[in-house]
Formats: sequence, structure tokens, C-alpha cells
Amino acid sequence: MRAPDLARSVARVTQPPASTFDVTVNGTPHALTVDNRTSLLDLLRERLRLTGTKKGCDHGQCGACTVLVDGRRTNACLTLAVTLDGREVTTVEGLADGDDLHPVQQAFLDHDAFQCGYCTPGQICSAVGALDELAQGWPSHVTEDLTGEVEPSAEEVRERMSGNLCRCGAYAHIVTAVQEAAR
Amino acid sequence: MSVLGHDHVRVDGRDKVTGVARYAVEKRPDDALHAWAVRATVPRGRVVSVDAESALAVPGVVEVLTWRNAPRLQDAGDDELQVLQDDRVAYRGQVVALVVAETLEVARETAATLDVRYETEPHDVGLTIDHPGLYAPEQANAGADTDSARGDVEEGLASSAHVVEAVYETPALFNNPMEPHATVAWWEDGALRMVDSTQGTTPTAQTMATLFGLDEPQVRVTAEHVGGGFGSKGEPKANPVLAALAAKAVGRPVALAWTRQMMFGLAGYRTPTISRVRLGADADGRLEAISHEAFSQTSRLKEFTEQTAEYVRHMYGSRTALTTHRVTQLDVHTPSWMRAPGECPGAYAIESALDELAHAAGVDPVELRRRNEPEVDPETGAPYSSRQLMECHDRAAELFGWAGRDPRPGVRRDGHWLVGTGVASSSYPAMAAPSGARVTARPDGTFRVGVNATDIGTGARTVMLQVAAEELKVEPERVHVHIADSDLPHGAVAGGSSGSASWGWAVAKACRALRSRMATERVPDDGLEVVVDTSEDLQGRAQLARFAYGAQMVEARVDVRTGEVVVPRSVGVFAAGRILNPRTARSQLLGGMTMGLSMALHEEGLLDERFGGWANHDLATYHVAANADVGDVTIEWLPEDDGELGPLKAKGIGEIGIVGAAAAVANAVWHATGVRVRSLPIQPDKLLDRLPG
Repeated sequence: MRAPDLARSVARVTQPPASTFDVTVNGTPHALTVDNRTSLLDLLRERLRLTGTKKGCDHGQCGACTVLVDGRRTNACLTLAVTLDGREVTTVEGLADGDDLHPVQQAFLDHDAFQCGYCTPGQICSAVGALDELAQGWPSHVTEDLTGEVEPSAEEVRERMSGNLCRCGAYAHIVTAVQEAAR
Repeated sequence: MSVLGHDHVRVDGRDKVTGVARYAVEKRPDDALHAWAVRATVPRGRVVSVDAESALAVPGVVEVLTWRNAPRLQDAGDDELQVLQDDRVAYRGQVVALVVAETLEVARETAATLDVRYETEPHDVGLTIDHPGLYAPEQANAGADTDSARGDVEEGLASSAHVVEAVYETPALFNNPMEPHATVAWWEDGALRMVDSTQGTTPTAQTMATLFGLDEPQVRVTAEHVGGGFGSKGEPKANPVLAALAAKAVGRPVALAWTRQMMFGLAGYRTPTISRVRLGADADGRLEAISHEAFSQTSRLKEFTEQTAEYVRHMYGSRTALTTHRVTQLDVHTPSWMRAPGECPGAYAIESALDELAHAAGVDPVELRRRNEPEVDPETGAPYSSRQLMECHDRAAELFGWAGRDPRPGVRRDGHWLVGTGVASSSYPAMAAPSGARVTARPDGTFRVGVNATDIGTGARTVMLQVAAEELKVEPERVHVHIADSDLPHGAVAGGSSGSASWGWAVAKACRALRSRMATERVPDDGLEVVVDTSEDLQGRAQLARFAYGAQMVEARVDVRTGEVVVPRSVGVFAAGRILNPRTARSQLLGGMTMGLSMALHEEGLLDERFGGWANHDLATYHVAANADVGDVTIEWLPEDDGELGPLKAKGIGEIGIVGAAAAVANAVWHATGVRVRSLPIQPDKLLDRLPG
């Protein structure tokens, strides 16, 4: 190992700008001080060691890091952790009720809606959020009737789940799983 | 009781849906440092200076590795792995420095601002069919012959009633597994320990041992969960080398992951391919001549020749045939394996050309393939162990409703959509490689199976459990499977669609041996263990042509207003020996077909020739199929009892789904529009001004 010289020892005294805030993750409150550059994704994975949330692109392009913030699906990689003061975050680790899987988790398992599993936590969190949006009657790009109830048709599910890439190509099974969980 | 051949839910499925499954750097020790790669911003030249001192002054930076201070490596026969060993830059994006820091944030920002100066040299990154550097390699990937000939193909073409001559191109394609390549490495008493995102811990451990001058047992590599690979993690890339170098330099564990952008330049890719295809047939569509001349690129560091012309050699009968491979070295990173290397681009070219021939000869495309069924492998003369290609086509035709298809292109209109259908064959060799396995009977009636399989999403962990339960004739709950650990008996890489056949062979053999011992021996307190290896079993196999087959049919719709192509439905029927787990097999085939659709319509690495790099190097600009791109997919397989494949009677299924898939789409687009696109992907600009009114 390189012996630290005097200049580096002095430099180390200067810490990067950090902020203190409170956030609840999977029901557990945390009082945290973090480097302002830290994304929610890195906070979860590196600081809280909740590694279920995956880093696929770190640029909001793949959806592998999808979590729920106050119930809404969110790309954790595009969210600075320090913006979450007072918010509630739910990750894939927080969906099951003890040994009972969340209906979306169970449906993914039942329909083999994944292979490698790396996009899966994001897919599942995204599906939980999407089903809530459906239940609230939010229309999507493919919704014909913007005022009535929205059915979780295959077309609706495909559209609403298209922010989550799966390179193993499990999309057809993901649609089946999400539709089943919607029932 | 039968376990094998029946649905079995993934044994690691619950861990994957709950987020418990940990991948590579997620298993880092608590004191691990974070590393971030710094990449060359010039395509060719040398590094003149790196301002490491300024970087080292940043709080939290522990080390900056460059070619000047990185530990030295031995030669492992792959210069892509000789990272930070000299000042040369062989391609834009090559790693020229590594920042090691206490946190990801510090490592990332410091890497982004590191001042690296270069001396640049003129570069050449563009592959063309007449590139002056093209040469005949000694052999192509996977040991494929460079050239082969049967009869006089020019005479065959000259005497043909129908001739198709065309050039088909596939762009650079990037594997892009969802988990970027990643490694955590640490050293313990001179031994190297790593958790790596790899398709094979045995080959990774072997390569690391060579590079670092260690005995193989001094290196242990594990890969409990791997977030996809599709070939890109089949051979070690620079990431495990850099992580091990850094850990050695700083004396602490180091975690290193590629960014998504780095996946377009440090993880291998499918070379652009150019295929000049000439087919000649008699008046009835029987092939008189097949000529496939394939052109591809490699790097200055390592020769990799995609075996694009290999597919047709074993696929269709023809009186005369010629196949060649030519490759040229460019100032690019080294192409590597991507799902069905060779067969995938080769089948796109050949299955497209056959469609053109069918039209020229006035023969239905399925019937054309029937007329060119060979009795033996045309290349080797070896009998097929089993070949149900036409049975696949016939079943696909039933499921799809192919009968009565109007062959005329560009005549079906549904509102603003032009509608067409297309077909292509699929084939992939059924290979097996030597593997070891260790099975232990415990006094409590349970069994431990150790086999160095890697589960990159295939379901290998589950299938190995099924094989063991079946052979031991016990409930699966009594079997514990341990995989993906180089301390286990050596295992073949998860590649070439050979995993289950290779590892399963060893597991079956070990279980049978254990059962016969248990018939006469009591299980002692410390267990009864059997260790086997299948090297000799594989050498004793008959000389046969072993291939899996399939047929794919798709409907394509092309929007006359925009040129957009959608594929609302597709059918794939496969004959791949015994299907070991229908649940995971369906996902494998679905995944291959989906990636093939993505190749047909979306994926294209766009080269910036001026700066020598990939202009689109992220998932926003390099498009892969998303959920809404995939319509209804029907998948079936045929019963097949092939006794020449090994004890499992299984052929691989990981790659065949992508073989032919893009051609089926291209053929359907032609049928819809009358426009033949011979350069993938089929994007609106290639169609829009050529569509029928």
C-alpha cells in the first residue's frame, strides 16, 4: 500500500459536501448523513446494503433500479438521496409479508417471468406501481377511453411495463404474471 | 417418480423475486474499496501522461493505477487482458487508468476528471467487404474451418435455373446483459479470491492463475448469481484482472463494475458481419450451388473470427458448395461471443437468401426447405443423430396457419398496415464438453451435489437438481446443489448451449456410481462421496452430426405512414432432444426469439469513424426490444428420443431461439411490403420511401 504523504493527509481532512436527512426504507426510519452526490440507488446498495435494487445503467434507461417512493415507481439511480427527507421508500425487500410473497412476486415465480433475475426486482416494483396506477384509472398511451375504468389488458401491461428492460427476454411471461397479479 | 422432464420451479426463484439473490459486487466484503475505470479518449496511440498526483490529493482516493505502477502480469494468450501493462492505446475506450477510492462517488468523480494526455496516431475502424487488410485466419471461432469447398460452385451456379446473389449485413451488436460485468477481488496469504460475474469460474480461475503467476488452487472464483451474459461473460474480460491488480496494489478488497457505457467497449460484442451469398437451384428449387463468403472484423490485440459461414455447411444439401471466412484487424476492441456466434448472423443471411430463392423459383418457402433436406451432413458426410427440421416446420405451419399463404408481396392491407408472413429455419450444434462432478450421500438421507455449472439465468441450478434427484431416485428436497465455484471439480463454461448436457452428464454419471456403491456399502458418518469426470466418455462418442432444429414463423405489419414494423405474433417450434425442465426451457427459447426480434428491428452499434468509437453506447440510444415490442409468442417442441447425445438425451436450447429469428422477420417484412432489407436492423428509413402506395 502507498504510504500517505503529508499533502494527502491534509486533504483528507476536507470532506465532500454532505447533508443530513430522515428517510423511511421498508418501514424502518433512518437518520442519515450522506455525500450530496449519492443517488438513492447507491444509498440503498452501498450504505444500507439493500442490494435487491439493481444497477443496470445508472442513467434511468433500463428500470432495474425501480423502487416505490411514497408508493410511486421511481428510478432510484436518477434520485439524489438527499432529496428524500421525510419520504417513504419501498424496495423489493419490503414487499413480502414475512414468508408470504407479494402477489406480484408470487406471479413472477409462478409464470417464470424472469431468467437471470437481475431486472426482476425493478420489474416487480414497477408492476406494483403500475397496478396501482391502473386501479386509480390512470390512462396510458394505449388507453382508448380516457374517462372510464382501465382494464389490465395485455396491451396495457406491455405499454406500462416498457420502462423496464429484460435482456433475457421474459416479456411475454412478465405480461402474464402482471395480469394474474391484477386479478 | 420422475423429476426430469417435468416442470420444476427455479430453486433460486424465491431469492430472485425477493431481492435476496446477490450478484458479484453485492457480495463485497465490508472493507472493500471501489474502483472506477478510466478509458482512452483516442482510438490509437499511446498514453503520454496521467496526472495521478492531483487525483491522489482528492479525499478518499486511495490509489491511481496506470501502466507505470500497476503490478506486472504474465502472458495468458489474450492481450485484451494485459491491462495497464504498457502505454499503448489499441482502441478508443481501452482502460488506461483505474481510480481506487473509499466510496463510489469519489471514485467516479475522480475518474471522470483524471487528466490523461495522449499521443495519437491515425486509426482505421471501418469494416468493408473489400477492406485491404482482410486475410484468411488459421481457423474461425470454435475451431470452425476457415474455408471449405465441395465441387465447383461456379459451375453449379452457371448450370442453375435460378440464381440469387446478394450481400447481407448485420451491424455491431452488444450483448448487454442486465448486470454489467463486475468483480470483487481480494488477496489472502498470496492467494486470490474473487466473486465474478462470469459464465465459467473454472476458465476464469485458470486465466487469473496464469496472469498472476499462481497455481490454479491459489485462485478461487465464485459466481453464485450472474445477471445474464449471452456470451459476453464466457471468457474473462478486463474487469477481473483490474480488480485483482488493484486489490494487490492496495492490500484491500476491491469492487469493480463496468458502467452501462463501458459495456459497449469492454465486454465483447458481435462483430459487424458482411455475407456475400450466392444460391443456385434447378427449376424445382433444388440447390445446385451454395456460396457463402463471410467478412468480419477483429482487433489489433486478439484474433476473433465469427464463424458466420458455418451455419449453412451443415444445414442444406447442395451439389456444390463454397464457404469462406475473411477477417481484418482494426483499431477496435476485440469482438467476442454473442448468443449463437456464427450461426446467428449466418442464418440471417442464408435464411433470407432462401426466401429470395423461393420467390424466384415460385416455390413455397417451407417447401423449398423440404426439397433441400440433406440425408447426411453435407459438410462431413456424417449421419445426423436426429434431425426433425421439417417436422418443426410442419408443426409451426399448423400453429401459425401457414397453409394457403398467398406468396405475392406487398398486397395485403389492413387499414394503414401492410401485412406479411415469413418463415426461417433454426439450427444449433448439440455440443457437450468434459466436466467433473462430486456427489456425496449423507447419513441423514440427503445428498450433496457439487458441479461447477453456472446459472446465468438458464435454470442450470434447478436442472442439475432435477438430474440428481432423477438419477438418485430420491425426492428433490433431499438434494442440495452447489454450483459456480472454481474449487469444485472443473466445469465447462456456460456457453455453446452445452451447459446442461455437459454438467448434467457428469452429475448423472456420479449419481449412478454412487447408487451402485450404496447398494453394497453403508453410508459412513462423514458421508459417501463419488467424484467423476466425463472426458473419456466424450472421447468415445460416435462421429455423428448432432444438431438441434427449429422453425420460426412470424407476422409482420408495416405502417405505410411511418415505416414502423411491428410483429404481433410469432411461432417457434423446436426439436432439441429431451426437454429437461419445460418451465425454464420455454423461457430460454422465448428469450432467444425475443433477442432475435430485437436484432431484426432495433439493435445497431453506430460507429463514429472520425473518432473511432460507438456513437450510441447506452440503452437510450442502442435500442433493445422492450415489453411493448413483443407480441404473442407461441412456443412448442417436438418429442425427440436421441440416444446419441449422452445420458440426458438433451440438446442445448440457449441459443437456437435467436438463430433464424431475424430472417423470419425480414422475410415477413418483404412479404408485407415487397421491400427486401438486406442490412439489419429493419428501421423505418429503410422502408418508408419504398413502400407500395
